[in-house]
This record gives sequence, C-alpha cells and structure tokens, in this order.
Amino acid sequence: MSSILVQDKSVVVPGEILAEGMDYLPGDNTYRENDKIYSKVLGLGYPAGRVIKVTPLAGPYVPKPGDKIIGKIIDIAFSGWRVNTSTAYSAMMNVKDATSRFIKKEEDLSKIMAIGDHVVVKITNVTSQNLIDLTMKEPGLYKISGGRLITIDSQKVPRVIGKKGSMISQIKEKTGCNITVGQNGVIWLKGSPEGELLAEKAIKLIEQRSHQEGLTDKIEKFLEENKVPLPERKSNGSDLKESEGNEYAEETEEGGQ
Amino acid sequence: MINGNKETIAQLANEGKRLDGRSLTEFRQPIEIETDISWTAEGSAKVRIGETVIMAGVKLSIEKPYNDTPNEGGIMINAELTPLSSEEYESGPPGMKSIELARVTDRGIREAKAIDMKKLCITPGEKAWFVIVDIITINDAGNLFDAAGLAVLTALKAARFPVVDPETGAIDYKQKTKVSLPLSKEPLPITVYKINGKLVVDPTNEEENASEARLTVASDSKGTISAMQKGGEDSLTIDEISEMVDLATEKSAFLREQINKVLKK
Repeated sequence: MSSILVQDKSVVVPGEILAEGMDYLPGDNTYRENDKIYSKVLGLGYPAGRVIKVTPLAGPYVPKPGDKIIGKIIDIAFSGWRVNTSTAYSAMMNVKDATSRFIKKEEDLSKIMAIGDHVVVKITNVTSQNLIDLTMKEPGLYKISGGRLITIDSQKVPRVIGKKGSMISQIKEKTGCNITVGQNGVIWLKGSPEGELLAEKAIKLIEQRSHQEGLTDKIEKFLEENKVPLPERKSNGSDLKESEGNEYAEETEEGGQ
Repeated sequence: MINGNKETIAQLANEGKRLDGRSLTEFRQPIEIETDISWTAEGSAKVRIGETVIMAGVKLSIEKPYNDTPNEGGIMINAELTPLSSEEYESGPPGMKSIELARVTDRGIREAKAIDMKKLCITPGEKAWFVIVDIITINDAGNLFDAAGLAVLTALKAARFPVVDPETGAIDYKQKTKVSLPLSKEPLPITVYKINGKLVVDPTNEEENASEARLTVASDSKGTISAMQKGGEDSLTIDEISEMVDLATEKSAFLREQINKVLKK
C-alpha cells in the first residue's frame, strides 16, 4: 500500500510526490495532503526510515539558539551592540554577554567593539518576535581581525563542514588556514594570502557542487592539484577550533528530526 | 552584506597582491564581448568582465537638431543600475551612481569627437540622426565604468542605420542598411583606483569599497585623452595622476584589442 517514490539524494521540485500512504511521516520542508507527502522546496530528498525530509538547495538562514554565527556590529546602543546577522532580523548583544571585564558606567563602548567590526558569536535565544540574543562569553567566540570573510549560502554550511568535520579539517590542513564557519553562511579565513585564496576557491567549489556525491574526494584532489606552501608552525591553538566544528557536522544536522 | 575585508585588501595591496590572486594591473577573466544581442536595437553589446555583466543598446532616430547646432546630430547616453544587478540598487529615479556612470561614459565619447556629428545631419535645422545609448547593468561585481565604456563602444561600432523611406521619410526599424555610424575614434575609459597608495585596475566590489580615490581616463587608440573623472575622498599627487594616465592608456589598448577580435569575426 504505502511506498516511497523518491530515491535517496535525488533532486525534487516543489509539489513533487515523495511518498504515498500513511506509513510515512512528513519531515522538514515537506507537507502531507490526503495520504501523499509532497515537497515544499527545490532540494534533495532524504527518506530516512519512516520520515521523509528534503534539504533545500538554497534558502535564507533562520536563526536557532546554539548556532555559532559571524556577525557585523552595526550600531552601539546604551548598553550593548546591535549586530547584523545576515538574516532578516538584527540581533542585540548586551555588555554583560560581550565581556567578562568590568565596564564602568560612562565607558566608551566603541573602544571594545566599534561599528564595522566582525564578531564570532553564539545565539542564546530567539523569541517568537524574532528578537535575537547573542553571547561572546564562551571559548571560541571572539572579535575578528585580519584574514578574509566570504559569504556562502547558509544551506551549504553542513557540506562545507562535512561529516564529523572531515571537509573543513581537510581544507585547514592543506591550506594552512584557520577557518571559522558561521551557521549563517559567513566564513572567516586566516592564513597566508595564497592559502586563503585556495581555501576560498575550495569552499566556493563545495558551494557549487554541494549536491554531488563523493565531494570530499573531489576537494582533496583539487587541493592536491593546487598545493600552496604551508607556513611552518606547530598546530596548537587551531586544534581547539577544529573540534568545535564537529558540533555542526552533517550527521548531527540530519539527525535533528 | 557582510563586507569586512577592507584592512586585508589594503595590506595585500601594499605587498602588490590582491584577494583573488591577480596582480594589481591585471583584468579579471573572462572578458567576453557579444554583439547584436537585441533585435530591436540598431546596435547592441553585452560585456562580461569577470562576474560583472553589462548591456548597451544603441537606438537611432530622426529629430530636429538643437538650435545652437543646426547642422549636427546628437548623442544621449543613459544608464540604469537595475535592482537585479546588486542589492545596493533600487528601482526608481536614477541615483548619483547611475548619473555619474552615464555622464562619464558620455563624456569619453562626446569629447573625443568620436562620432562626426555633422555627418548625422540630414537637412540642416530640420532633420538629423540622434544616437541614443542605454546602459543596463545585469550584474555589478565591480568596475562598472570600464565595462560600460566597453559595452557602449562595441554597441556603437556594431550599430547599423535603419532603412528610411525616401518619399515619406518614415524609418523602417525592421530593416537595417549596411551603413555604420561615422565613428572616427575609439575612446575607452579605464578607471584606476588607489588602494593604500597603490594603483589598481579592474577592482571587485570589495576593492572599490576599500579604495581611497579613483581616476577614470578615457583615451583613444592614439593615446589622446578625451575625458577624465576623479572620484573618492582622498587626494592624488601629480606623480600619481601621470602614472594612472599611463596605466589607463595601456589598459585601454588592451580592451580595444578585445573588441576588434570580436568584431572581425
């Protein structure tokens, strides 16, 4: 009676029937009408057990508590900073969430973070009115200086990180760059100019080919073909950041039903 | 848009490097020029420099000449920065950027006297051909000035007069003659940007934002300068300007070569 009509990781269009029968459940970006499950978006279909879900090929970033993002300071308010999060809504970061240092009453907040600075922050809360609260008081959250920022579609972020961070650690290793990936699609690279350029090209390649199979191997080949001299240094501080990338690995993204 | 690479761009420029790995005086690739993209225009061109894409169309119409130049035709250049080309642009009345783009392109061609306006006159004081050029941006990834200049010159070179009925004087836009515009010179504008004291051509959007000043120099194939336009807040020294002019004439020769490659085919 019930049957799945979509193959794993095949491209589906809005309105396409993914499954028939009441034995299956509609997951992300799908809906049920009568006894059929349809796709809401253009994306890749993932039948996982009884749940059918679709990963969109493109789309806006929707802020979620716990996400690490890269934002830009756009205003200084009475007791904090307003941050552009590359979403439809700007976020507020209070002074007490920004630094553990004691801030005097009349202190100039722009000395700590000025308009135009970029910060790696974590979303602590998103209200029903889409007011976003941020914090910077955790390890791995800091103000950015130097390097380069690039923007990709936020839907491709899980592919850039790869399964258990395999993709991103490979790029880090081969280009000698420090890479911080924000869930909002903003990526910060810091290394030698050549390394940064290669890493940027690799990430853009992933963004372009995110729907293809065996991407990690293709990127490995690409990085091998365009090798850059690695700066001689012992990896000490960067290991910390690498392990953090694992939190956002593809598997956890998909298992979040 | 998140745009925070200003410091890095300035720092790299100092070392003679750029974010995308080009040298300071290198144009982006691919440079693509396509002509006759429109059926309704007398001449048209689509130009791509890297990710910047721009179109230009030439329309010819018969109008009454201006009172102060009764035996001359005229040229009008108009630019539209469409909302589809960048998140910065909105539809509505033309803004400062699109007026500047149109005027700089216009001045380069007008002041070079590239088109012989007297040859456009049909009956002095009554009838003359008017050249109307429209510039439309498809994607703004930086360096609109050079791309627009390139597109307009290509469209002018590709333009052919429509057939005019000798008795009624009506223009049949559906038929084209083989007569092209009386174009005697090939002026092309090149914009040189100053980033951290270094001179850079063909900037991306990020590089444009990081620049302190810019100078657009329009020059023809003999290296004669027809127009210049300075922009940005910073000042330029005499040495910098002469260096910029040399660089611009060199690069305009390079772009002119690209047009001739396409039009010879």
